[in-house]
Amino acid sequence: MTQAFIFYLLAGVTLLSGLMVISARNPVHSVLWLILAFVNAAGLFLVIGAEFLAMLLVIVYVGAVAVLFLFVVMMLDIDFARLRAGVARYLPLGILLGAVLLVEMFLVAGAWTSGAIAKGVRAAPRPEGLSNTQAIGTILYTDYVFVFQAAGMILLTAMVGAIVLTHRERAGVKRQDPARQAARTPVAAIAVVRPQVGAGVETGAGVQ
Amino acid sequence: MIGIGHYLGVSAILFTLGVLGIALNRRNIIVILMSVELMLLAVNINLVAFSVFLDDMVGQVFAMFVLTVAAAEAAIGLAILVTYFRNRGTIAVDDARQMRG
Repeated sequence: MTQAFIFYLLAGVTLLSGLMVISARNPVHSVLWLILAFVNAAGLFLVIGAEFLAMLLVIVYVGAVAVLFLFVVMMLDIDFARLRAGVARYLPLGILLGAVLLVEMFLVAGAWTSGAIAKGVRAAPRPEGLSNTQAIGTILYTDYVFVFQAAGMILLTAMVGAIVLTHRERAGVKRQDPARQAARTPVAAIAVVRPQVGAGVETGAGVQ
Repeated sequence: MIGIGHYLGVSAILFTLGVLGIALNRRNIIVILMSVELMLLAVNINLVAFSVFLDDMVGQVFAMFVLTVAAAEAAIGLAILVTYFRNRGTIAVDDARQMRG
């Protein structure tokens, strides 16, 4: 009974915030609603007993992805009112598309039953006496270690890609150039002059 | 008692909201990216629900990888968005045809 109540509360708030994400006028509000949706989805995971994924969702999505969205939304100076111009025009098509998709998915979910064969060929039944996190760890670092490494490579690629895309050389910024520093010799860097008294020295005479 | 059907229902509605968000906010790429995140969240709910109710841990491991890819996708997408905004001064993507696609 308590579980059902908590489930319906979390599911309701998740779906409501999902609706607000796509309908909020201000994208900053959209991001905040997105955070609420993720936190409630993490609660749904907790109800079902997937603690590790719930914590991961909060850390990765709320801690990293949502903050990234907030940064971008707040840093760029965007006229959001103009961007919402076409919403009314796309509404009928969108509703139709969504309704068809929803009906189809509910039909599939309603017709689905777990077959006896499906239960027999489970890849990794949960070991007895282990917590959720331990059970994930026991297969993640053994059977799925290469996939795990591949996930790391994907993140590395994303990091390099994001840096390459957004990095730009600015004019007028003094940077350290190690190659030039290492190539500098006393002969090129120093000029010994013997000026006449009161004549002064021409600037840059032989000095780089 | 909460069964797998409840979770499938929540996930289906959330996925539809994501599709609806893409269809409605066709010009605003930030909201499009957020809708994609919603759809990936719905997929994750599906994976975790099946994983728990079929008692098979692989679903949760796979949900972790979906999470990884979603984070990478958000980072790359926002980087492209920043570059696009720098070049065009707007983020209206419905008139993005610089690449003559």
